Amino acid sequence: MEELVEPSMQQPEHPGDHATYTGLDNVKLAMWAFLGSECLFFGSFITAYLLYRNRTADGPKPSEIYDIPFTSVSSFVLLMSSLTMVLALAAIQRGDHRKLRAWIMATALLGTTFIAGQIYEFTTFVKEGLTLKTSAFGTSFFVLTGFHGTHVAIGILMLLSLIALSSLGRLQQADAKKVEMVGLYWHFVDIVWVVIFTVIYLIP
Amino acid sequence: MATVATKTGIFRRPSAKTGLWSWITTVDHKRIGILYGYTAFAFFLAGGIEAFLIRLQLATPEGKVLDADLYNQMFTTHGVTMIFLVVMPMGAAFFNYLLPLMIGARDVAFPRLNALSYWVFLFGGLFLYSSWFLGGAPDGGWFGYAPLSTLGPDVLPGENRMDFYAIGLQILGIASIVASVNFIVTIINMRAPGMKLLRMPVFVWMTLVVNFLLLFAMPIIAVALFMMSFDRNFGTNFFNAASGGDPILWQHLFWLFGHPEVYILILPAMGIVSEVLPTFSKKPLFGYSAVVFSGIAIGFMGWGVWAHHMFTVGLGSVANQAFAVSTMFIAVPTGVKIFNWMATLVRGSIRLNTPMLFSIGFVAMFVIGGLSGVTHSIVPHDTQQQDTYYIVAHFHYVLFGGAIFGLFSGIYYWFPKAFGRMMNDRLGKLHFWLMFIGFNVTFGPFHILGLKGMPRRYYTYQADKGWNLWNMVATVGVFIIMASILVFMANWWISRRRGRRASADPWDGRTLEWTIPSPPPEYNFLEVPRVHHRDDFWHQKYSQDAKGRPVPVPVGAAPEHEADHDAGHNIHLPSPSYFPLIAAAGLPIMGYSLMYKWWVPLAIGLVVLLAGFYGWILEPAAEEEH
Repeated sequence: MEELVEPSMQQPEHPGDHATYTGLDNVKLAMWAFLGSECLFFGSFITAYLLYRNRTADGPKPSEIYDIPFTSVSSFVLLMSSLTMVLALAAIQRGDHRKLRAWIMATALLGTTFIAGQIYEFTTFVKEGLTLKTSAFGTSFFVLTGFHGTHVAIGILMLLSLIALSSLGRLQQADAKKVEMVGLYWHFVDIVWVVIFTVIYLIP
Repeated sequence: MATVATKTGIFRRPSAKTGLWSWITTVDHKRIGILYGYTAFAFFLAGGIEAFLIRLQLATPEGKVLDADLYNQMFTTHGVTMIFLVVMPMGAAFFNYLLPLMIGARDVAFPRLNALSYWVFLFGGLFLYSSWFLGGAPDGGWFGYAPLSTLGPDVLPGENRMDFYAIGLQILGIASIVASVNFIVTIINMRAPGMKLLRMPVFVWMTLVVNFLLLFAMPIIAVALFMMSFDRNFGTNFFNAASGGDPILWQHLFWLFGHPEVYILILPAMGIVSEVLPTFSKKPLFGYSAVVFSGIAIGFMGWGVWAHHMFTVGLGSVANQAFAVSTMFIAVPTGVKIFNWMATLVRGSIRLNTPMLFSIGFVAMFVIGGLSGVTHSIVPHDTQQQDTYYIVAHFHYVLFGGAIFGLFSGIYYWFPKAFGRMMNDRLGKLHFWLMFIGFNVTFGPFHILGLKGMPRRYYTYQADKGWNLWNMVATVGVFIIMASILVFMANWWISRRRGRRASADPWDGRTLEWTIPSPPPEYNFLEVPRVHHRDDFWHQKYSQDAKGRPVPVPVGAAPEHEADHDAGHNIHLPSPSYFPLIAAAGLPIMGYSLMYKWWVPLAIGLVVLLAGFYGWILEPAAEEEH
C-alpha cells in the first residue's frame, strides 16, 4: 500500500516555480527524502531475511534452490533498463519525443521481462517445495523479493503513464523533470535489486 | 466570493472559499492545520473516555465495569488513540499551521500532498475506530507483541481485531511519511530570504528533527505491520516459532520504530515550550544553539536505545549494558534543554499567562517523568519495574505531563493568531490548575502502585493486595482532569464567539507569525519577509541598552504590521482540489478488502486510489486567474 503514494507522481506544486532557499528543486528533494525512507523499508526486510536464511525447517535450503545463472540474467536485464531510462531522459531533454517514448517503452519492457523472470522463479520454487508457508526462510525470501517486484511493477505503471502523457502531448520538453523523477525511482529500485542479488543470491 | 470554476479533465475545479466544500477541497496549510487540530481533539475525547472506563474498572478491587475482554480492547485502543490519533496529529496540526508562518512562506512545499496526509490520517483513524462495531477493537496492546497478536483468522475464525490494528496503523503511517517528506522539503527549501538554519525558531528546528525521525521510523513499523498482517492472513512464518520464525524480531522492529516515536511525540512540545518561555520572560531563549543541537542529538541517539524496552527479554548482559549506557546518555541532551529553559526564566520579566503556566507545568512534569525514565536504564532496577504501574506512571508523566501540557500551551499561545480572538485567561488558568492537580492526583499514585507490585494490563485485582487506596485516589484524579477538559472546551466555545479581539502581536512575540494580522490572510505574507536576525521580529521592536536590557524602538521606526485586507488579491495561490480526498478514500476500501479477503472491492479501492493520483497529475497545481 505504502509504495503507491508516490511523490514522483507529483508535478511542481508551486505556481510559477519560485526559486527555493537552497536552489534545490522541491520535487527532487522530496523524491530523495522518500527514497531515504525506502532504504529503511528494504533494510528491514533484508535484515529479516539475513536472520532467517538458515531457518529452513524441513523445506529446501537456499543453496539447493537458487538458480544463480538464471537470476544473473534477469538482474542484467533490470540493470540494462537503467541505461534505457537514462537515454529516455536525454531524449526529452533534447526535445526528441519519439525517442523518448521508444526508450521508455524499452525500459518498461525490460522491467516486465524482469517481473516475468521473477514469476517464473517463484513458480519453480513452489514446484520444488518452497512456498510462503514452508519455513521462515521461504517467508522472508518471498516477501522481500515480492515487495521488490511490486516496486518494479509500480515503476512500470509510472513509465506507461509517461508514454500516455507524451502521446497526448502533455509531456513537453519543459516537463523533463517528470521523466527525471520517475527515472530516479527506477534507478533506486535497480540499486535495491543489486543489494538484494548480492546479499541473497551471491553470499553463500 | 469567487465563483469561477474551470474545467479540468472530468471534474470542474472546486472553487468555493467558504462552506463545507471549501474545507473538503482545501489545500491551505492553515485550514489543514485546523482540521488536524479538531480531529485530534475529537480522538482525544474518545481516548479520554476509554481511559475513564479503565480507571472506573480499577477504582475498586474486583471491579465490574468492564470484563477482561472489553478491558483489553479498552487499554489497547486508549494507547493507540493517544499516540497515533492525538499526540502525533496534534503535533501535525501545529506543524501545518505554524511552519510556513514561522519561516516566512506562503504555504508548504506541496499543498495537495498536505491535504492528502490529512485525509489519509482521518480515514486511518476512522478505520481503526470502526473496529468497535465490527467484532471488537484491537486487544493486543499498542505494542502488539507477537505471537499473541499474530493469532489471526486462520486460527480464530472471524477474529479481525488485530487486523484493524495492523492495517489501521499502516494507513496512518502513510499519512506520516507523506507529511514528513512535505515538511522536510518545506523547511529546507521554503524559508524566506535570510532565514538561515541557525536563525530558525526552535519550534521549526524541532519540527525538522521530528520529521526526519518520522521519515526513517515509519517504514520500519510499516515492515513490521506487513509481517504481522501476512502472518495473520497468509500463513507466513515471520513470528511463528514452529517454522523457524522469531517473535522477538517483532519486538526489535517495533521498538526500533517505537523509541524514535517517543521523541516524535515529545519534540513538538519541546519546540512549543522553547517559543513560549522566552516570549513570556521577555528574554531570548538561553543557549539557543545548545537547545537546537541537543534536539538534533536526541534525534540521532533516539535510534540507539530501543532495547531498553526489552531488558527482561534475555538479550544477554552485553546487549543490556550497552543499551543501559546509551539510555543514560540520552538523558544528557534532554537535561541540557531543561537547564536552558530554566535559565531562560532567570531574571526575566515573567508574565504568568495561561500559555506560560502550561509551559512551566510541562518542564516540571517532564523532569519527573524524565527522572523516572533514567531509573529504567538501570537494568536490575528495570527488571523489577517491568510491566508494573511504575512504567505506566513514567510514560504518562512524559506524554501527558510532557506532550499534552506542551500542546495545550501551544493552543493557548497561538489561538489568538489562528482565530483572531484571545482565549479567556481566567478560564485558562482554571483549566491549568485543575489539569495540573488532576494529573498529579491520577498519575502520581501510579509510582507507588508500581513499586507495590501492581502489574499493568490486568483488568482487576484482589482487595488484599494493598492497592485499594491509591487506585481510588487515581480514579478521583480522572474526574478532576475531566472537569479541566470541560473548562477548556467551554473556554474554546466562548472565546471563539466572544473573545476579546486579538491584535497581530498580542503576546509581544518574537517570531514572524506575529508580524501578520490575526487571523492571517490566505496568502500569509503580503510581502515575503527578509530576515536579518534570529528572533527577527523582536529585533524590529526592541534594541538593547548597555546592560543588554530590551529598549523599545521609538514609535514610527517600528514597522507597520496591520496589512490592508484588500491587498494581496493578485498573489497566486494553489487552487483547491478534490483529488487528495479521492486518493485517500481508496486506502480504507483496500484496508477492509484485505482484511475480509474481498478481492473485487480490493480492485475497486486500488482504482479509486489510482484515479485520485491520475486526476492529480493531470490537474495543474493552480488554475489561471480569470
